Amino acid sequence: MAGSKYVCTTSSGKVRRVAVVGGGLAGLMTVIKLCEAGVPVDLFSLVPVKRSHSVCAQGGINASVNTKGEGDSPRVHFEETVLGGDFLAQQPPCLGMADAAPGIVHLLDRMGVPFNRTPEGLLDFRRFGGTLYHRTAFAGATTGQQLLYALDEQVRRFETMQVEDDRGVAIPGEKMVRKFEFWDFVQLVLDDEGTCRGLVAQDLKSMELRAFPADAVCLATGGPGIIFGRSTNSTINTGIANAIAYKQGAVYGNGEMIQIHPTAIPGADKLRLISESARGEGGRVWVPKDPMDKRDPMQIPEKERRYFLEDKYPLYKNLVPRDVASRELFKVCYGEKAGIMGRNEVYLDLTHIPEAMLRKKLAGILEIYEKFVGVDPYHNPMKVFPAVHYSMGGMWVDFERDERGSLKLGSPRNQATSVTGLYNVGESDYQYHGANRLGANSLLSTIYAGMVAGPAIATYVDNLDRSAFDLPAELFSKVEKSEQKKFDDLASRDGTENPYGLHKELGEMMLRDVTIERHNPVLEKVIEKLGELEERYTKVAVVDKSTKANQAIPFMRHLEGMLILARVITEGALARNECRGAHYKPDYDDKNKDATHPIGRDDENWLRSTLAKWGGRDGARSKVSFIREFDYAVGSQKLHATDAIDISLMTLRKRDYTKKKAAFAADPTAAQKPAEAPKPADDAPKA
Amino acid sequence: MAEGRIITFKIKRSSAGGESHWDEFDIPWEPQMNVISALMHIQRTPKTRDGKTVAPVVWEQACLEEVCGSCSMVINGRVRQACSTLIDALLKDGGSTVTVEPMTKFPLVRDLIVDRSRMFEALKKVKAWIFLDGTHNLGPGPRQAPENQEEAYPLSRCMTCGCCVEACPNVNDSSPFIGAFAISQVRLFNLHPSGKMNANERLDAISGVGGVADCGKAQNCVEVCPKEIPLVDSIAVVGRDTLKRALFGWLLK
Repeated sequence: MAGSKYVCTTSSGKVRRVAVVGGGLAGLMTVIKLCEAGVPVDLFSLVPVKRSHSVCAQGGINASVNTKGEGDSPRVHFEETVLGGDFLAQQPPCLGMADAAPGIVHLLDRMGVPFNRTPEGLLDFRRFGGTLYHRTAFAGATTGQQLLYALDEQVRRFETMQVEDDRGVAIPGEKMVRKFEFWDFVQLVLDDEGTCRGLVAQDLKSMELRAFPADAVCLATGGPGIIFGRSTNSTINTGIANAIAYKQGAVYGNGEMIQIHPTAIPGADKLRLISESARGEGGRVWVPKDPMDKRDPMQIPEKERRYFLEDKYPLYKNLVPRDVASRELFKVCYGEKAGIMGRNEVYLDLTHIPEAMLRKKLAGILEIYEKFVGVDPYHNPMKVFPAVHYSMGGMWVDFERDERGSLKLGSPRNQATSVTGLYNVGESDYQYHGANRLGANSLLSTIYAGMVAGPAIATYVDNLDRSAFDLPAELFSKVEKSEQKKFDDLASRDGTENPYGLHKELGEMMLRDVTIERHNPVLEKVIEKLGELEERYTKVAVVDKSTKANQAIPFMRHLEGMLILARVITEGALARNECRGAHYKPDYDDKNKDATHPIGRDDENWLRSTLAKWGGRDGARSKVSFIREFDYAVGSQKLHATDAIDISLMTLRKRDYTKKKAAFAADPTAAQKPAEAPKPADDAPKA
Repeated sequence: MAEGRIITFKIKRSSAGGESHWDEFDIPWEPQMNVISALMHIQRTPKTRDGKTVAPVVWEQACLEEVCGSCSMVINGRVRQACSTLIDALLKDGGSTVTVEPMTKFPLVRDLIVDRSRMFEALKKVKAWIFLDGTHNLGPGPRQAPENQEEAYPLSRCMTCGCCVEACPNVNDSSPFIGAFAISQVRLFNLHPSGKMNANERLDAISGVGGVADCGKAQNCVEVCPKEIPLVDSIAVVGRDTLKRALFGWLLK
């Protein structure tokens, strides 16, 4: 950090640390930035960080490097991101992200990510949804895995580096990063003022519960996809950390904004993603004109196929944003019963593309199809259907604007939640994607959020009056004891309900009723049923009594969290009576002739974040209170937040991908503005 | 396979006393059934085929699409990822029994969970990273020929899953052999234009006791690698480079 050196020891010589929970891209980038600022870190993760869900990202990472002579720029990227999110995203952080993107991709390249190359040895870029530009850098079709490994390696290097005191002397036995893998975050330690001073976590092998003081805590725990049972998410993505923080007072934003990816492979245990990059490289979506056509798809001639996305969106074709594509697939399969053989499946066809090229650019995903379906996708069209994929919503976080309206780097407000000392980054925050995320923006937003959060937290801990490590031990032992009591109570449950069975019921209901199309009477039933599940949860049985590597009891805890967030998602969906991005109610669709309230996107009433606050319980049933504004503090700054969206950088416009260059050329003046000089992608000291 | 068919899962479990025993579960076949979906079925109905209710089996899992490396286990005698082990493919030559055991080359934690932390320690030992100056903006990385990327990318897909270690006869109680995965990471980082600058540090780390020379050339690693990483090639390349350094390195000092 320019100007100041963080003093990482207390007066009594203890090493002060910040805790990061979650070791995916966002968490790891936060750790790296903290270490570079001289702040030692304790890193907690449910799994070895190298196995975090970021590995599942396939297609690539967006950055307007403009190497193809198309005239792309960060400004266009910003506008397409905001439009893609149907104006629910906070614009200053989005601008900061788009400006930083080229620097981030170059940084990852320097870290050794094996990005695909052009013949000149430059980075190659491909197309993705919601844009007409080649903006997506990629490493085969396992880009998330490659990015995660690069950051994991840098963090591993910090695991070997000594902590130095303010005289530059190494402190024996203290490394910059201490990893706690196979540890489950169970509670924040809050002091009497409600400031976060550390956390309690549980070792999932020995089942030991332990409190850790921390000068700040940053959650980087990903999305809650497992609430929907089967999804494209890893099984660790239960959203538990956010549910815990929400229960302890942190405000949750836009929970109802759940992205459904148009193309996944159905499976018994999970719905496996087939990346948008398949369409970015030329893949075509179609169904036979006669749904009951029994021929092998390769024998169905071109004129007897229906390329329904290309027909309706002649410019974007198969690369309309995900919410648009998923609704079209859903309509074809459910509405018209025109899926393959009348089933919920459509073809995703790559067979017209030379095999050698597919092997270079898409082998990672085609291998998944081949392994899990047993059919060769190089020579047969794949069968796919939409699946729950990503949560745009998450923990509410703050940002501070700079003079040009972008994000002010180093401000302790950036990525700060409504609980002082608690930060949140990555899919678990809410601010970058609005109502719908563009493909290949997630890898970018995770890393950017980490780059922003690191300096923000460093500033925050630099200015603390009192370190958590100087507080009385009782503050921590008290929470540790109460968590032990809660755990012992869970461990002694001898009811009749199997927690895994309850989860299956929850998942099936959420997947059926709270995804692509949402109907208020159905949502009301879901909310009632959620209450019943919460009641049945109190009668849950411990199915495993072991005191070692017991997975059943932590799962009960996760299930409780999933039930809480399922309610936030569903009640948020019920309240938001409009159509915006991924949130679609046929009864409110102004293009649906049967709609009872045809208003479409309702900017007058709903151009605002859904802010959910824990409302306690009524018996076993949890309660959500939706708020419009609240007070909070960052260090000594007293602040006030509302649910307003910062739309200072781009005016509202209609979102219509049937038209030419929907994103930015609709406003030609925006395109003609000279590109502003990109800001450094980090907190580099000014010369 | 058809609906109504029953698959028997024979699973090696930990007993409280530290020894192990087998539990057998009968599970109805379903389309796209894999070992993970069977284990999930046991979680919901943890009843053995003789009607006894037991604790659900514990195992590691995360992505379920063979990219995280969590769910390595020994299935029908061969180490593999439980998620990508489809029952129809596994039993294509007949039979209806699937045996599942934990890997044996790592300390057992419980049931199918083992402790693979030695693999991550090995990555520290061989310095499997680029010595980055910092994450501030220093402009584009070095240019690289597409061929270089095409050589590096397959190596970079190593999930640290442990299959190569499990299958290797040279990894045993009386041998400190580091394992093929770590050697392959040396090759990966020594290929990179900036990684190369620290090539000798990695070669030194992989020389000597437990290093590349301890490979017995059984070539089991490459047979079992779920990502089909050319591990034997990596061992050859790194072996040659360490030898070159041992023979001629002193000349450069």
